[in-house]
Amino acid sequence: MNHLVIVPLLLPLLAGVALIMPRSLTTPVRRALSAAAALALVGVSLALLLQVSGGQVQVYRLGNWPAPFGIVLAADRLAAMMVLITAVLAACVVLYAVRGADRGGRYFHGLLQLQLFGLNGAFLTGDLFNLFVFFEVLLIASYGLVLHGGGPERTRAGLHYVVLNLIGSTLFLFAVGTLYGILGTLNMADMAARLAELAPGDLGIVQAAALLLFTVFALKAALAPLHLWLPGAYGHTSAPVAAMFAIMTKVGAYAILRVYSLMFGPDSGPAAGLLDPWLLPLALLTVVAGTIGVLASRRLAQQAAYLVVVSAGTLLTAFGLGGTAAVAAGLYYLVHTTFAAAALFLLADVLGKARGALHDSLVAGPGVPQGQLLGGMFLLIALAVSGIPPMSGFIGKLLILQSSLGSPWMPWVFVVLLVTSLLGIMALARSGSILFFKVDPAASAAAAPRLGDLGAPLALLLTGIAMVVYAGPLYEFSQAAAIQLLQPDDYLDAVLQAGSGALPR
Amino acid sequence: MEALFSIAIGVLTACGVYLSLRGRTFPVVLGLTLLSYAVNLFLFVMGRLTIGAPPIIQGARADYADPLPQALVLTAIVISFGMTAFVVILALRARAELGNDHVDGGEPPR
Repeated sequence: MNHLVIVPLLLPLLAGVALIMPRSLTTPVRRALSAAAALALVGVSLALLLQVSGGQVQVYRLGNWPAPFGIVLAADRLAAMMVLITAVLAACVVLYAVRGADRGGRYFHGLLQLQLFGLNGAFLTGDLFNLFVFFEVLLIASYGLVLHGGGPERTRAGLHYVVLNLIGSTLFLFAVGTLYGILGTLNMADMAARLAELAPGDLGIVQAAALLLFTVFALKAALAPLHLWLPGAYGHTSAPVAAMFAIMTKVGAYAILRVYSLMFGPDSGPAAGLLDPWLLPLALLTVVAGTIGVLASRRLAQQAAYLVVVSAGTLLTAFGLGGTAAVAAGLYYLVHTTFAAAALFLLADVLGKARGALHDSLVAGPGVPQGQLLGGMFLLIALAVSGIPPMSGFIGKLLILQSSLGSPWMPWVFVVLLVTSLLGIMALARSGSILFFKVDPAASAAAAPRLGDLGAPLALLLTGIAMVVYAGPLYEFSQAAAIQLLQPDDYLDAVLQAGSGALPR
Repeated sequence: MEALFSIAIGVLTACGVYLSLRGRTFPVVLGLTLLSYAVNLFLFVMGRLTIGAPPIIQGARADYADPLPQALVLTAIVISFGMTAFVVILALRARAELGNDHVDGGEPPR
């Protein structure tokens, strides 16, 4: 058995446990340990990705129990890719946080590592109840992180975030319980096999449970009309946390992709195509609703939060279109949008600190020193986020538009994505001109931005530029990942150990 | 027994939904608690209701209770217990920082 599959879980778990020990570590040691764990995670994830890039699904049986009875972790191309981008994002976030943003609370690094444990677990698990447990792990870490630093606005937004997610967890359990009651298994591969031979009388209740599950994932992925919690929570939390949360909506999108391609894909028997009437229209609605928020935002961090909503909608549009080309385009876009959104949150914080009391609110303030450097970075990130050439967002959106050709939804996808891109770049251009050009002489002078803080957003920006340079190989990889995902025979065989004979039912 | 059990879960869920839609944090916390009770009972009953049947293999018996939902419900109880403790503390902190116990952080205009 390949033990590398479980290392992305154990590494942040052990680091997290060490980091939440009260008072035993000084701040420099804490920072060094967290950074070392984050960097090691990048190395481990890269090794895992290289192992699965050939197309072999790596399965790890916990306690060596055979598949339908024990819990399995399964790493295919998609899961390994998600683990890697989480690790890269976390490394950049830690790099930013150690420059001072982690002073708001002693447990920042511990919670961050535990959140990585939950995220990696959610990506790698092959068991539906285990997915619930890892969701709870990443959520309870995120509850702590979202409140990091304190303040009334943060507490208010945090309360909404926590209550909504607790209700989401309850719905998740109702859905899992119903599916277990009908199918008698929680292993996702085994569930797919049982669904294929489902009795017609049970079809309705399975569909109801599956749509309930979709509601939960839609809440995590910020799909309209369940997106309203996101701008408050992301817009008011501290910058490194908001940057880390750029991956959180993608967990919801990943869960939708994984569960519904495995269990309700085109060849999955009577319950096939369950999400077809829902996902695409709601995703387009999300893009529109998010864009209205982008236009109405009064602070840059809030605008970035609404841009996360727009990107979640765009991503789910690609997944909703279905088919290899659209899913591959969505996966490319997913990587791009995670890094671009995180970079925007971090840059907004650097800028806000320099502007003093005005912080990142979009009103004329003092001229910012180093305005050319900050403004240049803002320009590049804004181009990337709104999908303008030559940045990575353009390639992602182009691939999604291309994959919609031939779909009956093609006119809607084109109109919504192109018009909202235009509105997005207009809103960001307005923000940029207010922040960098419109100088209010009465405002108290701005502090010089600390250039060292720009390291992390610059690293994220360079990753985006590398995604343009290496767009060919990356797209080929996401195509391979999409093919593996949409034709899950290899995954099913690997998890259920096809050929090992009939297991006792 | 099935009917009684279903009605109990239904009543708990309905009360939980009603309370969690209220405007003050205390009823909301109570509502979340009731919802988690309802879902714990629901998970438990997913292995079907059986009386006097062992959950582990015993000699030559043919009837067994499904042990998995019992393990699941234990996990769910622990998680919901921890989450309830967290949301109680958060509600207290919101009361202290915002000066009132409304979920939106301010008294609604009358």
